[in-house]
Amino acid sequence: MIALLFRDLKLALRAGGGFGLGLAFFLIVTVMVPFSVGPQSELLARIAPGVLWLGALLACLLSLDRLLALDWEDGSLDLLATAPLPLEGTVTIKALAHWITTGLPLVLAAPVLGVLLNLPVQGFLWLLVSLLLGTPALSVIGTFGAALTVGLKRGGLLLSLLVMPLYVPTLIFGAEVARRGAEGLAVQTPLLLLAGISAASIALLPFASAAVLRVNLR
Amino acid sequence: MTLTVTDLSVARGGLPVLEGVSFNLRPGSALILRGPNGIGKTTLLRTLAGLQPPLAGRVEGAEEQVAYAAHSDGLKPTLTVAENLTFWASVFGQNGIDAALDAFDLQALRDRAAGALSAGQKRRLGLSRMLVTGRPVWIMDEPTVSLDTAAVAMFANAVRAHLGQGGSALIATHIDLGLEAEVLDAGLFKAKPPALDDFDGGFL
Repeated sequence: MIALLFRDLKLALRAGGGFGLGLAFFLIVTVMVPFSVGPQSELLARIAPGVLWLGALLACLLSLDRLLALDWEDGSLDLLATAPLPLEGTVTIKALAHWITTGLPLVLAAPVLGVLLNLPVQGFLWLLVSLLLGTPALSVIGTFGAALTVGLKRGGLLLSLLVMPLYVPTLIFGAEVARRGAEGLAVQTPLLLLAGISAASIALLPFASAAVLRVNLR
Repeated sequence: MTLTVTDLSVARGGLPVLEGVSFNLRPGSALILRGPNGIGKTTLLRTLAGLQPPLAGRVEGAEEQVAYAAHSDGLKPTLTVAENLTFWASVFGQNGIDAALDAFDLQALRDRAAGALSAGQKRRLGLSRMLVTGRPVWIMDEPTVSLDTAAVAMFANAVRAHLGQGGSALIATHIDLGLEAEVLDAGLFKAKPPALDDFDGGFL
């Protein structure tokens, strides 16, 4: 399993691996927003948590179609399915590798980009916490979507449509934590719900992903 | 461990393609699978490898025993030859890839990116993966595609060595590998066309 994780990380970092794609997209979105909204710092500060969360979510979505499709195309997915690793473990590792290469850089970049959006000072901590708690759920849910569409050529569109509604709860509670944090309100309720969504996704979805992958490999 | 297949039926895309397939594959023996294109050889091999469930019948002695080599080699073009092979070795809980590299004459290429290999060299790398799995039953689908005569001989030697160590091999191929092996003709097990179900018969 560790070998699979290291292979995926190595592949992501080598030429054409797509590392930085999500990060670059996130950067572009958040840099462009102040230009499109105009020089109103109060308005920017108000929408900053939501914009940052939406940017992170879309950046995450952008890299999903490569998650399993590349392994499917070159046949390694078949070979992994006949290997001693349980398929549940394989998809969990794949989601973890996706989070490390996409989700974690987004979390780390978000506070820097928060400056561009005039995010209030007390909001930085909660933005970081909410993204740290929420992005693993995005990766795990995304892996489920990737497993559903793995056999399809150009499955990216269907993947986005399938995954979007599943992302909504994470977005609502994640952005709510960041917003309340920025406004100095109590964050406990949305924070617990966000943590619950992440915990439940990580616990349950690998089984669903492995099941649909088995069907798709037939 | 003997691979025992009893009265197996396999389907592709919901249609049965082969039925009543029965054979034993004992340690130390090889079985060559022949049959025309489209008869269901790949489907049979994928079923035995556990990638799809059988329609009917039983497969015994395949669980955690089978190493499967498909049409595609599962190589990552940006990893080197040694990295590709080391990955598969550690997935199967083995270490040491030098014997596998030697068997297919890949030592000189070990630090070359797999994407820069020729088709025949990629295939040799894909086949050398079987040696690092440590699994006793090899199931191989057209292993000699794009290999030259020398590489086919290398492959035949690797299979012979594997059989000598008490392993077994089921190989779908159309060329003569020079192995002492029984031949299983998939054409004999062709499934009869399914009876049209009468579900919408009333409308016709």
